[in-house]
Amino acid sequence: MKRFAQLLELLALTPSRNRKLAALTQYFRETPDPDRGFALAVLTGALTFRNVKPALLRETVLREVDETLFAMSYDYVGDLGETIALIWPHHGGTGDLPSLTDLIELFNTTSKSELPKLIAALLTRAEINERWALVKLATGALRIGVSARLAKTALAEMSGKDLQEIEEVWHGLKVPYLDLFAWLDGKAERPDIDHAARFHPLMLSNPIDEEKDLGKLDPKDFSAEWKWDGIRVQLVLGEGTASLFSRTGDDIAAAFPDIVENVQGQAVLDGELLVGKNFEAGSFNDLQQRLNKKVASAKHLKDSPAFIRVYDMLFDASEDIRTLPWTERRQRLEAWLKANPQTRLDLSPILPFSDWDDLARQRRQGADEQGHEGVMLKLRSSPYVPGRPKGYWFKWKRDPNVVDAVLMYAQRGHGKRSSFYSDYTFGVWKGNEIVPIGKAYFGFTDEELKMLDKWIRANTIQAFGPVREVRKELVFEVAFDSAQESARHKSGVALRFPRINRIRWDKPASEAGTLEDMAVFVAAS
Amino acid sequence: MATQILDRHLHIKAIDAFIDPSVPRERAIITHGHSDHARSGHGTVLATPDTIAIMKTRYGEDCAGRFQALPFGEPLPIDDVTITFFPAGHVLGSAQVLIEHRGQRVVVTGDYKRLADRTSQPFELAQCDLLVTEATFGLPVFQHPHPRHEIGRLLKSVADNPERSHLVGAYALGKAQRVIGLLRDAGWDRPIYLHGAMIRLCELYQELGVELGDLRPATGTTKAEMAGQIVLAPASAIRDRWSRRFPDPVVCQASGWMSVKQRARQALVELPLVISDHCDWGELLQTIGDTGAQTVWVTHGREDALVYWCRRQGLEAEPLNIQGFEDDGGEGGE
Repeated sequence: MKRFAQLLELLALTPSRNRKLAALTQYFRETPDPDRGFALAVLTGALTFRNVKPALLRETVLREVDETLFAMSYDYVGDLGETIALIWPHHGGTGDLPSLTDLIELFNTTSKSELPKLIAALLTRAEINERWALVKLATGALRIGVSARLAKTALAEMSGKDLQEIEEVWHGLKVPYLDLFAWLDGKAERPDIDHAARFHPLMLSNPIDEEKDLGKLDPKDFSAEWKWDGIRVQLVLGEGTASLFSRTGDDIAAAFPDIVENVQGQAVLDGELLVGKNFEAGSFNDLQQRLNKKVASAKHLKDSPAFIRVYDMLFDASEDIRTLPWTERRQRLEAWLKANPQTRLDLSPILPFSDWDDLARQRRQGADEQGHEGVMLKLRSSPYVPGRPKGYWFKWKRDPNVVDAVLMYAQRGHGKRSSFYSDYTFGVWKGNEIVPIGKAYFGFTDEELKMLDKWIRANTIQAFGPVREVRKELVFEVAFDSAQESARHKSGVALRFPRINRIRWDKPASEAGTLEDMAVFVAAS
Repeated sequence: MATQILDRHLHIKAIDAFIDPSVPRERAIITHGHSDHARSGHGTVLATPDTIAIMKTRYGEDCAGRFQALPFGEPLPIDDVTITFFPAGHVLGSAQVLIEHRGQRVVVTGDYKRLADRTSQPFELAQCDLLVTEATFGLPVFQHPHPRHEIGRLLKSVADNPERSHLVGAYALGKAQRVIGLLRDAGWDRPIYLHGAMIRLCELYQELGVELGDLRPATGTTKAEMAGQIVLAPASAIRDRWSRRFPDPVVCQASGWMSVKQRARQALVELPLVISDHCDWGELLQTIGDTGAQTVWVTHGREDALVYWCRRQGLEAEPLNIQGFEDDGGEGGE
């Protein structure tokens, strides 16, 4: 545990990505199995405990510390795990903590009633840095600025293997990754992973530039569908197994048992997760309610049943069809759905259109009458390519304009919001940096404000008087009336009437909009 | 009532003197030389000889109309009030102020710590009826480790990274000299390099008899010769352009705030050193108990928790919300 605690501390405090990478690589190289595998699981968020939860830790501490003093301290520190580590009043380091592996074993096998005693004994025995790491491990909220991607990059560095090769097998592996490390060490073949359990990186679309693109593109080469207002998911159906992944590869099956327990057949499908009865999609807010719960409640399952509107197929049974053109994949998908009747899947219908003007008219009408977000255009001949390849898929969003922007700075509000960070400056990508494009202070509920405030406090990198600069990690969908050129903003763009349309907790910052996306709006105004 | 000799603005009405006033006053009693306690422009300043030397060094010879030096432990009667200074152990010359008036004893601690520190006169306890205590680290999350342990971490990092220099952010008065003293005690006998803003006060400490060893200016050195060296600078300089002259510096900061990792992260500190010149929570509680005070006024920091604790012990307690004291806990802060 000592070594792992040192690693966590170094990762938390080293601003340099390269140095973090070097530390991870060294750790994975020098630490024996299965400790390093469990460490990898902790770093990539793959480990959760059934009974060891933040509430249990809190309860353990409150047996020893006055509740009011604890609350005041938590207020000040702003991080539950760190508060617990710092406030623990007993110190009696005799002997080392158990190894990481043994610790995890203890957490998993100790009965719920005995856990507070175990945790109290461990906290007392630990040195301060170990206590901090211990609490981080137990609460699962690391907040040390290490992504799963960085951990995997370290594995690639350690072994000389290609990162892409590691990503390919990653989602089929089990903690503590003995077969993975055996392969990385050159002692075994690459683990043979059944596609049924594995996430395949998604194909993403580019925004269309009406002026530039439409003139060049032949409508006959494209198929159109509505752009659905849910979240992108991948449904992986194996022999008797079903997994559901978010766009970033997080396993969200536990939150949607109504889907994974009610699907038949074998395939890997791409589609939009929506909630509503009889395939009538409700609001995004309804979906958000369910996304906020790690495990679905009975009420949610009844009132907001989930379904997937399917629009692509990556594997037909176990056959990889990603290299086939879209037209053939679509035929396969339709045939598969016929052969495997479903109650929780439906097909995203094709929108017939004669030319771009016709589609533009349908798009407007769909937005006005049914609130559709826009339309998707897919090149009929396109293979399924992970990432955001140019020229294959386009999204053509409706008006008013929206852009996915990254939160950059936050400022405290006034009046009833005076203690909250409620004024937000956000920006979009310009090459490798994010440049501000505007500021907004409404468009979210009080509940969301609380969550934002908490996130901002936990992710501040520096403060200038009342302004906090935050980690560039949180994406807002910002709606605005129009965009204009502006000399006042570094980006050269200013938004008119911007408001937060939606907080995209699910969306990685790397997928936020770019200044090029904005140019389209500026030209349109 | 003891509370009548001193009011909540730390004004001793009977002799019209203010303790650590934030605006110029005719008569000021100054506990120590930090800028949130010692300001220029007072008429007469009563302070320890070391504090007066520090004030003159920082603000100039004429920063007050008149200085009156009062050594530790010597009672000074003024009308029917007697003032005595007790060492506070915070920085060189730092004093607690004992005010005696018709059998009542009031102690204003200023900033203080109880752990031995060879760059400051050691804390001495003064019994009293009313205690006015600081609360910079007045929350139970503050449990300072022993500074020897923290210096050990610094020296280990220096040994592990011989090609890098270690840039330690520290407050120029008190903390810098304390860190140097701790390094010397740990056997670090190489030269220690200083940012320009540190030099004058280190020289003063040495003139006042605090041995700090071989100190050199950091300016004018080459990158090559600074590999493996330790440099002290104000916190504001360690991430500034100034720091680029050093080879791949490890940014360190010596402060009690550094126990909170999220804070260290926010400040982009790679090696936080939890070295504080203030009491931690346990020492604050111990001191309140040791003085025998029945009434406690709490100021300078997180008053609420300490007030709450005192009341739970059956003591009378209240927070003083005195304006003008730094309480951001940010850059150096102590």
